[in-house]
Amino acid sequence: MAETATQKKPSRLAGVANNYVWRSIFRHGYADTPRNRVLQVAANVWLHLHPSKIRRHAVRFRFTWCAGGLTFLLYLVTVVTGVVLMFYYRPTAEYAYWDVKYLDFDVPFGMLMRNMHRWAAHGMVIYIWVHMLRVFMTGSYKPPREFNWVVGVVLLTLTLLLSFTGYLLPWDQLAIWAVTVGTNMARATPLLGSEGPLGPELGASPRYDARSLLTAGTVVGAPTLLRFYVLHCIVLPIAASVLMILHFWRVRKDGGISGPL
Amino acid sequence: MDEPKRTGTEQGGERAPAEAAGAEGRGTIWYRREFTSLAASGAILACLGVGVGAVVRQLFPRVLFEPATAFKAGYPNEYIVGEVSEKWMKSQRVWIVRNETEIYALLGICTHLGCTPRWLGAEAKFKCPCHGSGYYQSGVNFEGPTPRPLERVKVSLADDGQIVVDTAVRFRQELGQWTDPQAFIPSSAV
Repeated sequence: MAETATQKKPSRLAGVANNYVWRSIFRHGYADTPRNRVLQVAANVWLHLHPSKIRRHAVRFRFTWCAGGLTFLLYLVTVVTGVVLMFYYRPTAEYAYWDVKYLDFDVPFGMLMRNMHRWAAHGMVIYIWVHMLRVFMTGSYKPPREFNWVVGVVLLTLTLLLSFTGYLLPWDQLAIWAVTVGTNMARATPLLGSEGPLGPELGASPRYDARSLLTAGTVVGAPTLLRFYVLHCIVLPIAASVLMILHFWRVRKDGGISGPL
Repeated sequence: MDEPKRTGTEQGGERAPAEAAGAEGRGTIWYRREFTSLAASGAILACLGVGVGAVVRQLFPRVLFEPATAFKAGYPNEYIVGEVSEKWMKSQRVWIVRNETEIYALLGICTHLGCTPRWLGAEAKFKCPCHGSGYYQSGVNFEGPTPRPLERVKVSLADDGQIVVDTAVRFRQELGQWTDPQAFIPSSAV
């Protein structure tokens, strides 16, 4: 298989793929046979969640609007830009605001990274709604795909929570008051909030209730910032990634993307 | 020999080998296999439960590093009768109000969703900029989305005669707590 490939290439490059080291990493050659085409996806640890072959109708733009895929792409953009931002941002009350200013005006491409992160986040929320609309309009929530819709709704909730937790991180007036208002709403939670129905009866007090779980204190302060940072960078992305894996898996198991109902 | 019949599934999961066992005169309640299996599952669930409980409890710190809530607010004669003093608004987020009968302190946190209201002296009302909640000088709400009046905080007189305000102790009018002696300083005591 390697010989038919190298006959067409200049002899200098023949040694690149013809040696022991290359073959120990990339186990399958690049000859264009149907078997190799399938193996490149099915035998690849990063890609084998995807089907090796898809039907032609699956790539019809008019059916899917690429909405789900674009949502995932925007998620990846936020993750990558987010990690880049993490090299400079310190989640303390003393440094948070100034680190964002530093990123914007001093760090090379810092403003680009920050703005990309924000635009991708907004875009992801918008595209989730576009994706939901598309799924609804094409009836792709009907059996056997009902559970996948439910998983999708949970993913929507996680995305909105990611937006909410990320909003606090610049630690400016807009952030602090928005989160004050948002966390105060948690006080009205039934059973778990100190001002909600049945909450005080179950022992929820302003010091120990759903709101103080979020704010880690009586007001939105430094502990809140740290808690939201951990939620935003670790807890919620892991939960979202786990559910995305399930979501993509179920698409395949339920008959494939835009497959017949 | 006589294998005791498993009737567990028929009875909805509840093992009934007692019948069969009793029929054989063994007098056991469970077979050893089922008991150890249940006990192991129970132990695993209990450990998981303790683990989850520990994580949840860990998220509620016992000590909060927040500034002290009690402060001295000057002498009563520094506050004019009929006026709302904003002297301590920026530093402590309380208004000190004096009328003919009493001195009290209103907490500057809107009872709707937590923004800081503004005192509009010309219109004699507190108005929250976030969603428009309005309160009278007494703190009672009369307009906007807020469901209840502003909270009053504990006021008392120190030994040297100064007013001591403690924002951690709060009194709600709708629970009848404004009549609590710690919620105001009567003019007779000044």
